[in-house]
Amino acid sequence: MAGPASDRSADRIILGLPSKGRLRDACFEWFAERGVTVEGTGAEREYAGRVVGVEGVDLALLSAGEIPKELAAGRIHLGVTGEDMVRERIPDADAAVRLLAAMGFGFADLVIAVPDAWADVETMADLDAVAGRLRADLGRPLRIATKYHLLVRRFLRAQGVADCLLVDSQGATEGAVRQGAAEAIADITTSGATLTDNRLRPLVDGLILKSQAHLCLSNRAALGPARAARLDALGEALGLGPLASARVPQ
Amino acid sequence: MSADRAYLTGGRMGDGLARLAAEIARIDAGFADAGAQAVEPAALQPSGPLLGLYGEDIRARAFVTTDPVEGELMLRPDFTVPVLRLHMQGGAAPARYRYCGPVYRRQEPGSARPTEYLQAGVEILGEADPVAADAEVFALIREALGEVAETAAVRTGDLSIAFAAVAGLEAPERWKAALRRHLWRPAKFRAVLEGFGERPAPTPARAALVAAANQGEDALRAHVRALGPLHGARPFEDVLARARELAQDARMTLPRGQIDWLEAVLAVKGPSAEALEALRALDVNAALRPALDRMARRLDALGPGAETLPFDASFGRGLEYYDGFTFEFSAPDRPGLPPLAGGGRYDALTSRLGFVGALPAVGGIVRPEALLAASGGV
Repeated sequence: MAGPASDRSADRIILGLPSKGRLRDACFEWFAERGVTVEGTGAEREYAGRVVGVEGVDLALLSAGEIPKELAAGRIHLGVTGEDMVRERIPDADAAVRLLAAMGFGFADLVIAVPDAWADVETMADLDAVAGRLRADLGRPLRIATKYHLLVRRFLRAQGVADCLLVDSQGATEGAVRQGAAEAIADITTSGATLTDNRLRPLVDGLILKSQAHLCLSNRAALGPARAARLDALGEALGLGPLASARVPQ
Repeated sequence: MSADRAYLTGGRMGDGLARLAAEIARIDAGFADAGAQAVEPAALQPSGPLLGLYGEDIRARAFVTTDPVEGELMLRPDFTVPVLRLHMQGGAAPARYRYCGPVYRRQEPGSARPTEYLQAGVEILGEADPVAADAEVFALIREALGEVAETAAVRTGDLSIAFAAVAGLEAPERWKAALRRHLWRPAKFRAVLEGFGERPAPTPARAALVAAANQGEDALRAHVRALGPLHGARPFEDVLARARELAQDARMTLPRGQIDWLEAVLAVKGPSAEALEALRALDVNAALRPALDRMARRLDALGPGAETLPFDASFGRGLEYYDGFTFEFSAPDRPGLPPLAGGGRYDALTSRLGFVGALPAVGGIVRPEALLAASGGV
């Protein structure tokens, strides 16, 4: 049930889920296993849906990549997305959202990988040394193709790796090295098969983030007493305990 | 509030702006009296030289934008590189410049640091007597602080001592080059240094590569070629060259005494005269002597009281391009304010930027807004 018709939208909370594909289906299953039915309404391609079993929760079906932004802006109260997306798209992720529950799907490791033929490069320290050689001998930076600019830049800084240039690659990143657009890549991998097929190999200490889908709570969405009560009720239904008080104070 | 500026309440209009303008005029007059000509570099700078100098990290610290024709541009994060670019366009003769304007720094979300603040600075390029130029810039900046200089805390350092210590190690030149490259990143520097000491057993892949390199040229080529095709800008020959170096490195370690000695040099701190004595005592093989002699002459040139100036052999290692004398003034009773002023020598910067000919240079900046805040002008 979507709640009584008199229910004001200011009293309702919004749950954002991925709008299509395996991720959406896995989300529906995850909620169903916990006794909360989440279902799309109407046609498969209609991005509307509802939550059954908990009062006052609206469902928003969104592009998975949009969910971090919506959480950070406080336009949705809860959302499901990968930790990689949360940490890449929200610069102050730990302040903006709380990762409530790892959901056991959407596994992805963000790794730095180099060509198999780089026999001398196994570690981030090796990568840094090669970056230094390219700068000194060829006068050019070592290029790393990625779409995870924030995460990779922070990782490189923390590792003391100097002087790598990030080049943007929004898809088929494993091909960037073969195409001569980069010397190395930073991308997500699940089995590693795509890396292997493209003659790339992850660095032994090049794991930036082990990611999976998370149920996330926005610390910034407006919350009056009615919404807090509904958030708590949904949390209890999911076995996560009261959620309103779990928010990080802003 | 939109009328506020870095470290100052108000200051963008009315009396607040008038006070700031007067403070800037006073600072500028001091730099002008020293014979520095005014320059005004563009706020938007091509990103290439900045990326080349600071690496990818600068993208996280500078505001980046693009122009359809000029390509990627950055709002200047400081004045030194833009001033050097102006200088090089006008020839490379010795010169003195002064400037004042905003610099722009991207900050991490939640940071209280300002994204825009003023710097008023002076740069002395190509001076024949570097020690005198160091002392002159230090004096100019101290004068620019006005009365605040009397209560300000001072820190000084000299990175030429760190570079001389690296050069004095009994180690292959490429090890020294690796250390020099990370001198401005102390944690990584230490990791690199320790890595030259006793090492854990190599991984099987590394052991196989070293074995192939030791067998000879043909074995090494075959070993690398068997791993797969090579794409990207890195040449096959470079993989082989580094493999040979790794094979050589595997037969050498830097003695513990050398590592401890370098770390001891970098850890020296105290009043300048005492620090100099401590460094002289550490300089058993005279590797540091020219740098220490220069430090002694600079203490003379700085005048009375210089012997007690706080000195730290590692001070300036967070400041990117400095490679000689470094200094900073801060307001100890105002912990919320950044350093009020600072500067240093950057002799290698021009060649690192790809300009023809090295140009010895020293400069310093004052933060007029922070200075006004420290002097009670809030």
